[in-house]
Amino acid sequence: MKRQLPIILVFICGITMVIQFFVPHEYSEDLFQYANDFVIVIGILALPVGIYSLMTQTVRKARREPKERLYSLATIAGFLVMIIAGSRREWFTGATSLSSNMFNYVLVPAQATLFSMLAFYIASAAYRAFRARTLLAALLLLTAFVVMLRMIPLPEPLSTWNNDVVRWILEVPNMAAKRAIIIGVGLGAVTYSIKIVLGIERSYMGGD
Amino acid sequence: MGRTILFLLLATLTLLLLPGGARSAPEPPARLTARDNPNDSGHGILLEWEAPAGAESILAYEVFRLPWRPESEGPPHAPDTPDSVWIQVGTVPQVEDQRSLEYVDEDDERMLGTAVNQHFVPRNGSVYYRVRSLATDGTRSAFCPIVSGTAIGNWFHTQRVNALVIAIILGALMVYFIRKSAGGIKLYIRPIPGLAHIDEAVGRATEMGRPILFVLGTGTAGDIATLAAYTILARVARITAEYQTPVLVPVNDPVMMLMAQGTVKEAYLEAGRPDLYRPENIFYISAMQFPYVAAVNGLMLREKCATNFYMGVFHAESLLLAEAGSTTGAIQISGTDQVSQIPFFVAATDFTLIGEELYAASAYLSQDPKLIGPLKAQDFVKAAILLIALLGVLEATLLSSQWVRSLIEAH
Repeated sequence: MKRQLPIILVFICGITMVIQFFVPHEYSEDLFQYANDFVIVIGILALPVGIYSLMTQTVRKARREPKERLYSLATIAGFLVMIIAGSRREWFTGATSLSSNMFNYVLVPAQATLFSMLAFYIASAAYRAFRARTLLAALLLLTAFVVMLRMIPLPEPLSTWNNDVVRWILEVPNMAAKRAIIIGVGLGAVTYSIKIVLGIERSYMGGD
Repeated sequence: MGRTILFLLLATLTLLLLPGGARSAPEPPARLTARDNPNDSGHGILLEWEAPAGAESILAYEVFRLPWRPESEGPPHAPDTPDSVWIQVGTVPQVEDQRSLEYVDEDDERMLGTAVNQHFVPRNGSVYYRVRSLATDGTRSAFCPIVSGTAIGNWFHTQRVNALVIAIILGALMVYFIRKSAGGIKLYIRPIPGLAHIDEAVGRATEMGRPILFVLGTGTAGDIATLAAYTILARVARITAEYQTPVLVPVNDPVMMLMAQGTVKEAYLEAGRPDLYRPENIFYISAMQFPYVAAVNGLMLREKCATNFYMGVFHAESLLLAEAGSTTGAIQISGTDQVSQIPFFVAATDFTLIGEELYAASAYLSQDPKLIGPLKAQDFVKAAILLIALLGVLEATLLSSQWVRSLIEAH
């Protein structure tokens, strides 16, 4: 019964949502909204579990692993400061409140810094990907070279030729490959969903 | 003579003082109809009309309706209500020589805060409309005759018939192939390198005595790709239970954490090693994308994970994670259905499950006929789509040929 109950629930909810997709009536929309609200409620109820997991992990590391102590203490300090800063509504909502300042001048720049590292990672990944070890890799290198050449101001008529070639690469072979993947993903998602709803696919629960 | 001059002066003055006196008003729109907007929840009315003669001088059409009021504030407005009560709900531009025009009046909010929303379209209630033309010189026509329409809730979305047909065909093919596969006929699945190397990747971590990292992406528990990733996590967890190798699963969503804990626990139970299950190895980090990436990258560098799995929904963090993992020398297997992130994974990881390969994981790993059958059904529908696409290409190519067109016209 422990395994049967989730499968029955998934079947009922799945079939209901499939029917809902084809029924545009207000009752159907209300049901969809109701189901979405449930997802939000479940997310909110699960949040304390997540916070508990984060804090127990961090405290354990701070106590037992000297190498990670500094990072763990920084996490705990950040967590406590944000709780205190956000504990009063006027502290939280004001444009110059402590909470807003922490968000705007600490978290956002830190995130931007991490995101900016992507440029360097692209360069290093491209270096590895573009090594012409096989015929296909050599073709990839050549194509990438032609595409990147468009960023350089070339003299006429080279510029026009290059533009035409790049447009063809992007609109024909590149687009064809992307659409093939998208069609595959769409069909795969439908098949996988049907398998889950009908209880054929159960491996996401851990067993076979 | 003096009288004539005086008359001419007065006539000129009159023409100058009358605003647009010299201009002629455009014709009002013709054949205005109002009916229920199809395929909606019952709060939309579709208005259709025809452009009048001289449409080239018309800039746009102004759509007016009688405002909605709740029953508590009185009966609905009647069509003979004074002009001042009518409200303008929309403007439809006249595009070049367009003859048929339409406008959908749609609003399902009864109240806007504490105020009554006059634009609300009630279900099963009549709404009165009238439309006038606005000329390019700013003059307006008279209103066309008033019409009324009633919005009703629709019980079937006719524009989704194609999805229903494909789902039915796919379902029927699935049943057929499941029966065929269960009957003992072996169905072929092409080798998927990313899945074929899972055992080897886990074995490598065991030999090196290092943990395995399994990243479930930054999607939600409701994403199909995330659910498919749980399938691979279950498989990896079963092997790690047998090999006694720890598997670390940092997640960005508490619901996903609880699901992952359940999946891994079940896998350890099935492997007969529930004593090795450590719930603290599946932990929540942050719901925010880059703090999550920073924490996972730090984990890779400090724990020196020997094998990294990236399965599920990924966004900008895909390359940040995969490149950081690459610098640690870990063997990396990735899989996502996000088309824009696949190239990054292909460039930075050892094996990549491209799109649908991620969904095929459970069938491939278990070789269960019930799971292989649907894969075959999917392949047949894909072949049908390919055939239709080829026919489309053929038709477009042939019809663009002058020779073929002249041949068709001649016959």
